[in-house]
Amino acid sequence: MPGVRVLVGTRKGAFILTSNRKREKWKIDGPLFPGWEIYHMTGSPADPDRLYASQTSAWFGQVMQRSDDGGKTWETVGNDFHYEGETGTHQYYDGSQKPWEFKRVWHLEPSLDDPDTVYAGVEDAAIFRTTDGGMTWSEMPGLRNHRSGPNWMPGAGGMCLHTILLDPENRGRITIAISAAGVFRSEDHGETWAPSNKGLVSAQLPDPDAEVGHCVHCIAMHPSRPDTLFMQKHWDVMRSDDAGATWYEISGDLPTDFGFPIAVHAHDPDTVYVVPIKSDEHHFPPDGKLRVYRSRKGGNKWKELKKGLPKKDCYVNVLRDAMAVDAADPCGVYFGTTGGQVFASNDEGDSWEAIAKYLPTVLSVEVQTL
Amino acid sequence: MTVRVVLPAQLRRVADIAAATVELDVPPPVTQRALLDALEARYPKLLGTTRDRRTKQRRAYIRFFACRQDWSDADPDAPLPDAVACGDEAFLVVGAMSGG
Repeated sequence: MPGVRVLVGTRKGAFILTSNRKREKWKIDGPLFPGWEIYHMTGSPADPDRLYASQTSAWFGQVMQRSDDGGKTWETVGNDFHYEGETGTHQYYDGSQKPWEFKRVWHLEPSLDDPDTVYAGVEDAAIFRTTDGGMTWSEMPGLRNHRSGPNWMPGAGGMCLHTILLDPENRGRITIAISAAGVFRSEDHGETWAPSNKGLVSAQLPDPDAEVGHCVHCIAMHPSRPDTLFMQKHWDVMRSDDAGATWYEISGDLPTDFGFPIAVHAHDPDTVYVVPIKSDEHHFPPDGKLRVYRSRKGGNKWKELKKGLPKKDCYVNVLRDAMAVDAADPCGVYFGTTGGQVFASNDEGDSWEAIAKYLPTVLSVEVQTL
Repeated sequence: MTVRVVLPAQLRRVADIAAATVELDVPPPVTQRALLDALEARYPKLLGTTRDRRTKQRRAYIRFFACRQDWSDADPDAPLPDAVACGDEAFLVVGAMSGG
């Protein structure tokens, strides 16, 4: 039956929430992999029954999981993420140089047309690829070996590669983002990379418009207009209309332009969603009110969306990979909080309902429209 | 030598191991390294989960206990106690108290 499947990664396992296309009643399955941090769980656009999950723990390190039946059963696949060649060094929190060291997989981006091909963004920042359904992973070392590598530094959450965008029109183009290095773009399937941060301004850097070093939190793209990118930066909501070559600010009338996730409406490439957070210091919503903001104009003019969201005493955060949309009609919007709630809207954000209230801290939310 | 190894439940799930105790044939001398090599050879899904794949360094939040002693920081090539080598006592792989 056609429906919607919401894939939720949390600090203590994964959950799968399902509903029909009305998206009024939800069933929660899980926890899968209980006790493990699930940084990301996502499905293949080419085969919705093919799912991948990044399972990690301080005890046991990185484990990768694959499902071929929509999450009913899972198989442990390959977890060998070794950097190719000379490891090199990057800037550490204290300004010293530190060798690259693999810690975990933050983000998985399946190929648009091959269920066996998946890109993985990892900490310390690098991009890997599998072409055999996750059994083996190979680094695409051109990124980590970029001459600017020694200037990359970890954001507060670690030096993670968290965003991977595959251009559906220009198949050689891959855009990625790293905290805190910024945006890089490849035009040759990931062989070579160039910084793509022109227009970003970060007061936390000695050179605010430096080539690299920006703490980009998330980037979103609509597949029908892949040259237009929307970014939630550490501070500032930004937009590019030339595939990341240049950026300009679209924070406009937002109450605060700090935040983590950003998402684009499934059917309208000019409709964008953000969750404003008070500040880098506070990491909770302004005035204790959880609000999503929606722009119908591609930025600058934003509307507060609050129906069904906590109106007071709310001090949760929404992490960078924890917001997604479905492709049903009307478009559904979903986000998870550090307080363990998953909120859903089945009317483009006009109203919201908590479809899960008591999960562990939500790290990621992905949605499949079946 | 048949050696008995007790794994944490999390790793048994990763490697689809039903039994609480795993029995491994380990050639003498029975050392921590030889035992873990045998474990990973039989259950490749455990590669990287107790020690680094390449350096073989123990993961920070993994502990190795045997005969009520902590062998975590012992020389991995030192012989384990006879009671472990002959299977009377199990070798315990434990998630550290600080790791959860």
